Amino acid sequence: MDTTEGMTTAELIGQDPGWIIALKGLIIFAVCIFLTLMSVWGERRIVAVMQMRIGPNRVGKFGLLQALADGVKLALKEDLIPKAADRIVFIIAPVISVTACFMSFAVIPFTGKVNFFGRETAMQLTDIPVGVLYFLSIASVGVYGIVLAGWSSGSTYPLLGGLRSSAQVISYEVAMGLSLVAVFIYAGSMSTSDIVAAQDQWWYSVVLFPSFVIYAISMVGETNRAPFDLAEAEGELVGGFHTEYSSLKFALFFLAEYVNIIAVSALATTLFLGGYRAFPGLGFTESWLGGWFTLFWFAIKVLGFFFLFVWLRGTLPRLRYDQFMKFGWKVLIPVSLAWILVVATLRTLSLEGAPQSVVVAFTGGIVLIVLAVSSLFDRARDKNEIAARDIGEVSEPSFPVPALPATKARLEDHV
Amino acid sequence: MIRLSLEIGQTQKPEAILFYILAPLAVLASLGMLVVKKAVHSALLLAWVMITLAIFYIALDAAFLGIVQIVVYTGAVMMLFLFILMLVGVDAPDSLTENIKGHRVVAIVAALGFGGLLISLIGRATLNHVSVGLAMANESGNVQGLASLIFTQYVFPFEVVSALLITAALGAMVLAHSQKSAGARLSQRALSSARFRGDSLANAAGLPSSGVFARHNAVDVPALLPDGTLAKNSISGVLNARGDIQDPTQYALGSLPKVDDESGDK
Repeated sequence: MDTTEGMTTAELIGQDPGWIIALKGLIIFAVCIFLTLMSVWGERRIVAVMQMRIGPNRVGKFGLLQALADGVKLALKEDLIPKAADRIVFIIAPVISVTACFMSFAVIPFTGKVNFFGRETAMQLTDIPVGVLYFLSIASVGVYGIVLAGWSSGSTYPLLGGLRSSAQVISYEVAMGLSLVAVFIYAGSMSTSDIVAAQDQWWYSVVLFPSFVIYAISMVGETNRAPFDLAEAEGELVGGFHTEYSSLKFALFFLAEYVNIIAVSALATTLFLGGYRAFPGLGFTESWLGGWFTLFWFAIKVLGFFFLFVWLRGTLPRLRYDQFMKFGWKVLIPVSLAWILVVATLRTLSLEGAPQSVVVAFTGGIVLIVLAVSSLFDRARDKNEIAARDIGEVSEPSFPVPALPATKARLEDHV
Repeated sequence: MIRLSLEIGQTQKPEAILFYILAPLAVLASLGMLVVKKAVHSALLLAWVMITLAIFYIALDAAFLGIVQIVVYTGAVMMLFLFILMLVGVDAPDSLTENIKGHRVVAIVAALGFGGLLISLIGRATLNHVSVGLAMANESGNVQGLASLIFTQYVFPFEVVSALLITAALGAMVLAHSQKSAGARLSQRALSSARFRGDSLANAAGLPSSGVFARHNAVDVPALLPDGTLAKNSISGVLNARGDIQDPTQYALGSLPKVDDESGDK
């Protein structure tokens, strides 16, 4: 019966008939919409708890239908197109945004091998050998939605917001891409299913911890979320690139933002947290429900990332734009480049079968260099701090004060 | 035509369908790129053509090339292009006057040369030429095959090209660098210490609001200091430069109402 034994995920998916592919696509779409509705509600409730409020609790049980009600209300609003707008581009922009973020789910493996309506397959729409690169390329197409929305509105704030957010997304995409290189080196593949399979011993969040941290930071920058939501900094740019959008077109941007969060979380889960695999020590659960239980593990990890997103938003103030860009280009990118060199060297050493002592010596040398550099940095920074604290001579204040009355009235006279 | 190509056996059915849907769109888009008036629309159509080409590459089993085409050309190069178009504000239709001397002649010669090159290449690749070896080249995987070629046989040209690109980037940075932007920008700490530890604390709590003591609170009426002189920094420098400032004395009362010193709290 089990003719699919020993097949790779790519071969397993490759033999799917058309109706299964269509059904999978439909399921992914439906799940994304559902997750967006739930995550809008979840975000508002979690932030409310963090701010000691209650949050939406009126529509439906626990306010669960709040996002649905908001969506219906949005759809029924008047759809305005500004006179100065470039009509065609104005309409296309939100469509590009939404399409791109849905497409990025095509390469995410949700489960291992399962029985899907009587056929052996895996819950993954397609498995191409360059799956992770595909994800990045789709993200870079999604940026067009933001840029075009900003430009086509024919107004200053959206233009500035659009330029800001696209500059931000592009810069953080570089850091994100570099953080993934270490994963490629270790997994020996760019296909998402192979990377999950390669994590059967250790998750890459442990083995490649610096890459994981860099990815986690850059995924927040990539999705334009707090504390990196400079594109829609209300105090500076009104609403950023979607200032002029209303009704369903605005709803599309809203949808795109949340689907994007889920997408980058799903990719983080796939690349660093072992994807649909169970937590360490619970590997026996992977075969429960004929393999469908792996979906539960996947969902738990993705929701964990989503909680992280909300937690960041509830905790951290927004960064200043120049500090943010400086952080991306001058910290994240150089650090990931150096880290890639280290990882590549270690990987080559272990693949070439270098003796243990060489590997240990190399690692020790790297650790020493990092410590030395960081202590030098600290010393330089302390010096600057002390120099900045030195304020020199304090002069007498000179206020423009009204002339004093001729007879001086003192407090003591009235007592 | 579809049947012809299928009979020749060069394309398989799904690939042929894909081709005959996307290729006309690509051709239309590239023609549109030439005829549309707005530069941004042109850039968008070009991006569409690039994406279509990428899909063709993927359909032709060159997955890595296709994806990289999207990431690099559509994602980075076209995006920078769009940035510049938007920032410069090329909204109006382009003028057809010749800015650079001999521009048109050189452009036509270059276009003819490029066209000839393309025709000869395509001719060489299609006429009397049987393509073999794709399966062999992709044997150990498309990415692995490319990587082993780039990093062994072609490593020198690869490095030369990357050095060239870095030089170009450095050159652009040097040319675009202006001395004005270097330095002169105070940090928040420096600004704060200048405000509270400077010569005067007069503005420590912020600049005075316009119209204070002037019996009028519009933004173009300077505030009065307690001694009756104008507080110059209570109004925006822009208004001052434009000369859009009102004289606060026009709002002053002819004479101050008399205040009885003895029974001030009446």
